[in-house]
Amino acid sequence: MIKQLTSSERQGAAVLLGLLAAIGVLMAALGRTGPFGIHGLIVILFALALLFPVLSTFYEPEPDPERLTYYYDDPIKAGIVLTMAWAVFGMFMGVWVAAQLAWPNLAFDAAWSTFGRLRPTHTTGVIFGFGGNALISTSLYVVQRTSRARLAGQLSPWFVLMGYNLFCILAVTGYFMGVTQSKEYAEPEWYADLWLVIVWVSYFILYIRTLARRKEPHIYVANWYYMAFILVVAVLHIVNNIAVPISWGSAKSYTVWAGVQDAMVQWWYGHNAVAFFLTSGFLGMLYYFLPVRAQRPIFSYRLSILSFWGITFFYMWVGSHHLHYTALPHWVQNLGMTFSVMLLVPSWASAGNALLTLNGAWHRVRDDATLRFMMVAAVFYGLSTFEGSFLAIRPVNALSHYTDWTVAHVHAGVLGWVALITFGSIYTLVPSLWKRERMYSPVLVEVHFWLAIAGTLVYVFAMWNSGIIQGLMWRTYTADGTLAYSFVDSLVAMYPYYIARTFGGFLFLLGTLVGCYNIWMTVRAAPATAGRRLDVPEPDGAGMAPSPAE
Amino acid sequence: MSVEELDPVSGHRTTGHVWNGIKELDTPVPRGVLIFLIVTHIFAVTWWFVMPTWPLGTTYTKGLLDTDQRKIVEQKIVDAEAQRAPWVDRIEKASFDEILADPKMMEIVKTTGHRLFGDNCAACHRRDGKGRSNYPNLTDHDWIWGGGPEAIMQTITTGVNSSNAKSRISQMPAFGRDGMLDPGQVDNVAAYVYSLSHPDYSTPERIKQIEAGRQVFLTTCAACHGQDAKGNQEVGAPNLTDNYWIYGGDIGTIITTIHGGREGHMPTWDERLTPAQIKILATYVYSLGVENP
Ligand code: HEC
Ligand code: HEC
Ligand code: HEM
Ligand code: HEM
Repeated sequence: MIKQLTSSERQGAAVLLGLLAAIGVLMAALGRTGPFGIHGLIVILFALALLFPVLSTFYEPEPDPERLTYYYDDPIKAGIVLTMAWAVFGMFMGVWVAAQLAWPNLAFDAAWSTFGRLRPTHTTGVIFGFGGNALISTSLYVVQRTSRARLAGQLSPWFVLMGYNLFCILAVTGYFMGVTQSKEYAEPEWYADLWLVIVWVSYFILYIRTLARRKEPHIYVANWYYMAFILVVAVLHIVNNIAVPISWGSAKSYTVWAGVQDAMVQWWYGHNAVAFFLTSGFLGMLYYFLPVRAQRPIFSYRLSILSFWGITFFYMWVGSHHLHYTALPHWVQNLGMTFSVMLLVPSWASAGNALLTLNGAWHRVRDDATLRFMMVAAVFYGLSTFEGSFLAIRPVNALSHYTDWTVAHVHAGVLGWVALITFGSIYTLVPSLWKRERMYSPVLVEVHFWLAIAGTLVYVFAMWNSGIIQGLMWRTYTADGTLAYSFVDSLVAMYPYYIARTFGGFLFLLGTLVGCYNIWMTVRAAPATAGRRLDVPEPDGAGMAPSPAE
Repeated sequence: MSVEELDPVSGHRTTGHVWNGIKELDTPVPRGVLIFLIVTHIFAVTWWFVMPTWPLGTTYTKGLLDTDQRKIVEQKIVDAEAQRAPWVDRIEKASFDEILADPKMMEIVKTTGHRLFGDNCAACHRRDGKGRSNYPNLTDHDWIWGGGPEAIMQTITTGVNSSNAKSRISQMPAFGRDGMLDPGQVDNVAAYVYSLSHPDYSTPERIKQIEAGRQVFLTTCAACHGQDAKGNQEVGAPNLTDNYWIYGGDIGTIITTIHGGREGHMPTWDERLTPAQIKILATYVYSLGVENP
């Protein structure tokens, strides 16, 4: 892979990695044996691990200029592998955390494995590790195909991908040591945040420059969504993470926001993380891979426009529905609530647009598990946005807030929507990237599909039940005007559901492992496609057929 | 290259754009979507009129209903207190005997006591009050500080070794660590204490050690635990002759106790719970023991 880099790009890579290692040395020197110092060490190791392959091919001859007539897919391949690795890690942590809620002793009396530290390793592992790598890889794939342009540069995609994964590693290893800003989904400390800003800005520039090279007159919808995702996440990340470290040698910092403003900024960030990370980006994926796989035109261009601007505009206002019945002023809550209700229309418009696109391809949905992944994902997207708008209504939230109902809503979204659309896309992408005729085993795709569906349903139904029971137990009064149940009573009532959820999550994880095996075998052993140049900016012959890779 | 074509399945035209094979239909936005859009907007705008919603510089629109979440909660608290006032008043005024004899009041003690115990005490004493290692069982009739409702109420109010000025003080000295006894003596007196609740431990080959332990006990421990080792509720020294233990009754734990001392910590509740709540809890804890003969 490195041989594809020109010698000046190799030199650039070596310099960057040298700089990174130097930063690591500085951190280690300043932080000594504290977590900051240990992170310095991790940075050094990371830089050295990448420096090794770069230096070992340093004096190889220049790559063939013919490569420039192809798309640049090497970093995307690496990104897919990283996506699956993080999926396994993050979901394993999810199952562990779920099991801890049923059997608290599974923390084994160690500090690093307490619930409070493992929980963010799960959320970061799945959202940023799995979701983020999937978004970066697919976005770079999609932008090239829909612009018929090779990525702008060969070094910067690698910088984005590897830099981003360094951020994830710093985040997760930090939690084990107790390093956290205590802001949900923004736990990593100031130095990791700064690093992510650099990486993210490079990502944005790379994306824009590639779009600027496009040979198509129009920009396809998927790219709008990916752009919204990249741009808004940058803004959110910077605003929510403004903080002052207590010293240059310490991992600890304090946020500049205080009190109720802090809460509002955090949930403005938190909700838009859901909106632009877990929704916009994945809608980009949906808008590319679903029509390719279904071999159908998008149902309505006008609906795409309506839902894109609706989602982008309304989402910005709704963060306060996470703070209903808190110290946040009543009027802010009402504002968030009404916008959440209006948000439902563009959300359903997207889901509907996807499902109606399948008209004329339902026989494919029946026969092809990969397409079925995407179809079910669109259904779950519709379901969880309906549920979200419903939960945002204050009186409903009075019942659901702080309960497992929120967790049910979250996982209907992230398992049913985010993870399924990702798997569907990956199964379309892998044969195309590695130039295989199809996945190694369609049967295993089918097995993965059913494990994932079963896992999601068990998980979500268990949490709906437990959430509503919790909510009701917490608000039931006796005739004498005192609460009928103690908190512990409600925990005891949760026990069977927590076991069921652990089991559901385990099925989902199992499906992911099946997927990993299938991808591995596809790369190793599936039959290669014949030598026609189809998946390139300027294909041979007139036919511009996509590679549906069935 | 914009070539619009007719899609046979939907009967709509495409927009003419193609991206790597992907096309789009020019289907108009379905009427249902527009209606739905209007309905949600009507809902939202209505809400804006009746509820506080939009910021206006330093203030905000108050809405026609003039509600406010803070006012609503304050009112709800007042109402709930008024609803509870009659029986709270009765429980506060009644003596323990009267409460125990009155089925209506005992029912409140059962339900409310269960809830209060679950939320405040279960973390240490477990949900059923049976305790666990380091936290005493409250249902076993083996009381450290006394098992009458009044004594229990005092324990709850002031706590043990707590921050309360009138806290009960419990001090089991660290005889081994502070050098008052040498390790041999600690072992001996531990063997003696163990034999009190395990008579068959006094085998002929151990009898000498146990006797030596008894001598240590009489000179060093009896002041608090009593000559007969049956404890002293005045100083919170537990009975050592039964088989109920706070910290554990195996030889190893007894040696640890004598070597390092103990200072159990039970929080004070007089500022966190109301007098009526404490009284309900005392009655509740007392009745746990009565129900568990
Ligand atoms: C932080 C843990 C903790 C909590 C919470 C706690 N206790 Fe205790 N409690 C203790 C300990 C430890 C003791 C033993 C004190 C000693 O060593 O003398 C104790 C002793 C007692 C005793 C005296 C037992 C005896 O044998 O005399 C009573 C009664 C009691 N607790 C009731 C309660 C009630 C009622 C509550 C809830 C309002 C409560 N406790 C909450 C730790 C706790
Ligand atoms: C100053 C008074 C005092 C003296 C002297 C004293 N104890 Fe204690 N002992 C206590 C108190 C008070 C406790 C309860 C500690 C607690 O609840 O935290 C206790 C607890 C114990 C326990 C633990 C009981 C259980 O249920 O786990 C043992 C065993 C014990 N003492 C043995 C001894 C022996 C043996 C001696 C003499 C070497 C001794 N004590 C001398 C006051 C005393
Ligand atoms: C193997 C499957 C999974 C299992 C067993 C699992 C389990 C869990 C558990 C136990 C929690 C903590 C709930 C609590 O604190 O009560 C949680 C939270 C969360 N998980 Fe998962 N999870 C899984 C997959 C995923 C995936 C794939 C994603 C995202 C892509 C995800 C995103 C989240 C998020 C965002 C939260 C925080 C929810 C909140 O704060 O309300 N999970 N998960
Ligand atoms: C119309 C769209 C949506 C709306 C209006 C919405 C609304 C809500 C509401 C009201 C809550 C509960 C807040 C609380 O009581 O604490 C919530 C929580 C959450 N939702 Fe959604 N939701 C939507 C879509 C989604 C989707 C598609 C996903 C995932 C892909 C998602 C992920 C989450 C997460 C992760 C949380 C938990 C946040 C936390 O407390 O940690 N939501 N959402």
